[in-house]
Amino acid sequence: MLDQPLIKVILLVGIVGVTVLLTRSTAGVRHQAVRRLLLVGFVLLAAMAILFPPLLTQVARFVGVGRGADLLLYGLTITFLGYVAASYRRMRQLEQQNTILARQLALNHAVHEARHRPKDS
Amino acid sequence: MSLTPPDAGSVADGTAHHEPIEDAWLVIPLFNEASVLREVITEARKTFPHVVCVDDASTDGSGVAAREVGAAVVTHPFNLGQGAALQTGIDYVLQTTDAQYVVTFDADGQHRVEDAAAMVRRAREEDVAIVFGSRFLDGRTKPGLLRRIILKGAVWITNQQTGLRLSDAHNGLRVIRRDAAQGLHLAQNRMAHATEIVLQLSRTKLPWVEHPVLIVYTDYSRAKGQSLINSVNILIDTIIK
Repeated sequence: MLDQPLIKVILLVGIVGVTVLLTRSTAGVRHQAVRRLLLVGFVLLAAMAILFPPLLTQVARFVGVGRGADLLLYGLTITFLGYVAASYRRMRQLEQQNTILARQLALNHAVHEARHRPKDS
Repeated sequence: MSLTPPDAGSVADGTAHHEPIEDAWLVIPLFNEASVLREVITEARKTFPHVVCVDDASTDGSGVAAREVGAAVVTHPFNLGQGAALQTGIDYVLQTTDAQYVVTFDADGQHRVEDAAAMVRRAREEDVAIVFGSRFLDGRTKPGLLRRIILKGAVWITNQQTGLRLSDAHNGLRVIRRDAAQGLHLAQNRMAHATEIVLQLSRTKLPWVEHPVLIVYTDYSRAKGQSLINSVNILIDTIIK
């Protein structure tokens, strides 16, 4: 339970972060900026890991994981969860917009129909 | 308005004939209910002349059938779910009529018109804004053990979330006064809207009561109704917004 505490804390914080993402209210410009910074960071880290493979293993050792490849897998897992959370939110937003649009269309049509029906009969 | 044929036969079933209720609109979501809805709407219109059906992109001609028996029909361009259909119907009533009451009603014949009429009378007489139908206030409705357990679980969760003390949360028969209906903005398109509707109505802080109703479980309504496994989806939709 208490061996390798550092990596466990990091990973758990990551999971909590994903959960918060799921339940938070709609994000705006700030959210986008943070995401872009994270992306830049990710690219830099990936480049470093490719250029200097031992570095990854050193970082892994530092946080208490045996191999760099394992650290990569953990990181990927968290990132994937984050991606799922973000796309779920995005999907809900689109669904909402879609619903409002469709409803307005249906109502307009029904009102239009109701106005013209008495003249027909 | 279209003519309802006079029928002498239905007096025998003990239905008391009250004056038609003019200041209430029935909102009925439709999704492939053509086989039963003519009868349900024809019967309902004897008491509630004003009916709006929201056809949630049915493929069996439900919308046409509803129009033929004299209901106003709003047609979704594609299937949006029952919660979305209810909201559309409520918006229709609020935007195009000056009705005092909205009554949410099911097309599958499991709700009784006399219960709905009694609920509207009660809302008027006791001056309450919301009347929730409840099948658990008396022992008439027999839902079966597993269904009972799940419905009771849903009630418990809804009560935790809304702070109300309801005996039946997922009952589709409700009377909502105009001022309360204006506070509804349902965003849960699927079945979790039953909890959401209670939550949003509770936020209006308007007075409410529960009224005992009888739910008629027919083979048809049982087949159409939510499968019990779907309660898992409802639970998760309710927690993750």
